[in-house]
Amino acid sequence: MKFLPVLLWSDALIWFLAIAGTILGALSWRNAPLRAAWRRVGSSRTGMASATLLSVFLLVGLLDSLHYRPRLESGGQDQPVAYAVEVLSLLDAIAAPLRTRNEKTYSAPLATRAYAKESIEVVDADGRVHAERVFPRLKFGGAHLGNDEGKRAEDVLRRVLSAGGLAFGLLGLVSFGVSIWLARGQKVSPGQSWRLIWKGETEFAWNAVLITLGALLLVLLPVLALCVDYHVFGTDKVGQDVFYQILKSVRTALVIGLVTTLVTLPLAIGLGVLAGYFRGWVDDVIQYLYTTLSSIPGVLLIAAAVLMMQVIIDTHPQWFSTAAERADLRLLALCFILGLTSWTGLCRLLRGETLKLRELEYIQAAQAFGVADLRILLRHILPNLMHIVIIALVMDFSNLVLAEAVLSYVGIGVDPTMISFGTMINNARMELAREPMVWWSLAAAFAFMFALVLAANLFADVVRDAFDPRTAGAS
Amino acid sequence: MFAYLLRRLLYAIPILLGVNLITFALFFVVNTPDDMARMQLGVKRVTPEAIEKWKTERGYDKPLFLNPAVSGVGVVTDTIFFAKSARMFVGDFGRAEDGRDITREIGLRMGPSLAIALPTFILGLFVTVSFALLLAFFRATYLDFWGVVLCVAMMSISGLFYIIGGQYLVSKLWRLVPISGYAVGLDAWKFLILPVVIGVISGVGASTRWYRTIFLEEIGKDYVRTARAKGLSEPTVLFRHVLRNAMIPILTGVVVVIPLLFMGSLLTESFFGIPGLGSYTIDAIQAQDFAVVRAMVFIGSGLYIAGLILTDISYTFVDPRIRFDR
Repeated sequence: MKFLPVLLWSDALIWFLAIAGTILGALSWRNAPLRAAWRRVGSSRTGMASATLLSVFLLVGLLDSLHYRPRLESGGQDQPVAYAVEVLSLLDAIAAPLRTRNEKTYSAPLATRAYAKESIEVVDADGRVHAERVFPRLKFGGAHLGNDEGKRAEDVLRRVLSAGGLAFGLLGLVSFGVSIWLARGQKVSPGQSWRLIWKGETEFAWNAVLITLGALLLVLLPVLALCVDYHVFGTDKVGQDVFYQILKSVRTALVIGLVTTLVTLPLAIGLGVLAGYFRGWVDDVIQYLYTTLSSIPGVLLIAAAVLMMQVIIDTHPQWFSTAAERADLRLLALCFILGLTSWTGLCRLLRGETLKLRELEYIQAAQAFGVADLRILLRHILPNLMHIVIIALVMDFSNLVLAEAVLSYVGIGVDPTMISFGTMINNARMELAREPMVWWSLAAAFAFMFALVLAANLFADVVRDAFDPRTAGAS
Repeated sequence: MFAYLLRRLLYAIPILLGVNLITFALFFVVNTPDDMARMQLGVKRVTPEAIEKWKTERGYDKPLFLNPAVSGVGVVTDTIFFAKSARMFVGDFGRAEDGRDITREIGLRMGPSLAIALPTFILGLFVTVSFALLLAFFRATYLDFWGVVLCVAMMSISGLFYIIGGQYLVSKLWRLVPISGYAVGLDAWKFLILPVVIGVISGVGASTRWYRTIFLEEIGKDYVRTARAKGLSEPTVLFRHVLRNAMIPILTGVVVVIPLLFMGSLLTESFFGIPGLGSYTIDAIQAQDFAVVRAMVFIGSGLYIAGLILTDISYTFVDPRIRFDR
């Protein structure tokens, strides 16, 4: 084998979540009210536009969740096979040029020369050597230009234009494909379904998906065309490409936003439903538990727990065989802690709703028929709580992504070696004091985080409107 | 009323006890004091003597719950639990890593924290409630739609961006106010104005949107229709009827945070170099000063419970239907 597959814990969990999410989605499709709600989400233009953007982020995150260790080149046939200590992901393999072509230090976006002057020995015409302070050429940024640095603007423009043209072509191709596919399903001509799509008269908001896709292609393709030979978003202090860091940050944000729910959901659903259904001393105990936990200010509880986790990790170095494993476990521990501190709100909501539900006639009828409590909980109560759970899930996601950045700034976030929006911002904020300022790292991190969180927030709004029975009828 | 308050206060005791137990478990059971000593002194090349010395200096060398070595009350009192956790109930938080008395330090730092948090809170509440009323007044128009879009966009921006951007723009580029620092007395205003404004702006998105939903829910009710049917003008309906009735759900979220204002804001204080409790906490976290973090957890939850009680009391003022006399 050319490589050794590595299954990090967070990989396993994120793939588990992706599969479980698909299965749950399929299951909820069989439930009529939920299916109607998903239909409402699908017909919302905002919802589908943000979902398209989110799925691009998700794709990057999933690609970055397949890890392996490349095989080291061995000298002879008889030597044992050795694998590198470095754990890479599929995304690293695809983005290999971004990962490996590191400069010495800072360089501005699309620059061909370094950001700071350096002394370089220059040989004069008469053979004498003297030192000169110049901005040295970058090793990789714009290296293909050779000595024609002046042609950079022309080169960039040419690439952007051709990539833009390609984007329009692709968009046309995709929308053509969609309209043919729709036409076959609905027994109309492709031309008719094309018009239906762009007039926004299809049930599913195809026009929003296609326009978002087009906008994404218009931005991404030029970036991809440029990133092969330039550092599109510049390089950071150790010369690493900022665009590569952005790609890697996406996975960290997704893990924080998604894996945390694995902890919150069982606790919130289990305890909330039990408290609301059985009442009495069960309710008292569970209420006491969540009042106590929620009375500790979130950041402080997280800080205390993370500090303790750091002590455990630092005093047990023998548990981790690679640095990636340690960083990964720390990320999971952070998710675990975030989950433990954030289930109380949802639990309270579910308890209240269960209290209401258990007084309804159909539950009392089931009880009168002698249906077992567990069966009532699973068959009659839980399905009627799902809309609250789904709403809470999508609403929490964006908050968790934002929280990661703050926690990493405070020093209780992810491992400092793990690339995330928080560590990027944290490393870059010191550089604002430099003259002239290094702004690109910070700006890129904020911009991409904004795009991710905005898409998640908009999607959450649409989901809430579609699933909340109070607002569902209105739209 | 008095009996109700007393009951609430008594109910707070088991919760504080629970918080105390949780923090105790986190700090002393999950990790033994030996682990903490090794962490503080550096993992490598640390002698058992150094660990013992570190523990004795901080009083961590005693047993956790019961001390069989001494007689009488000492069995319970001469333990880590009693010395470190139970003493918190009387306001004794022990000493920080740098040897200073934590209780005294907290007293000193409350002032600057309040100087930032109180104006931010009041100004923020005023601004967001007014914006939300404005959006509710123009509901279902383009102004409302774009207002909500703006709110969602503002919610999606990281709080760090507001602080870093604001500091860069106002302090570095325009040089209007100093970047960071603090002064005692009235001179403090020039250090306070930027953090307060940034604090208000970063909170506008989420709160405005939330208050707007509350107002809209209230506007849909029957009594509002009656008020309009009586011929009242829309502003009168909004200010005299909707605003007053919407105060109940708004109070639920707002009053509970008032006591927590004492704790200050972690990010704002640390970015602007304000010597309040927020920056104290951040420094403690970064220096891994467990005693300070433990003290802040305890104070924080105490204040939160005080907030819950205050919320209940405030209900009686805004909603005459709610009485606790029974």
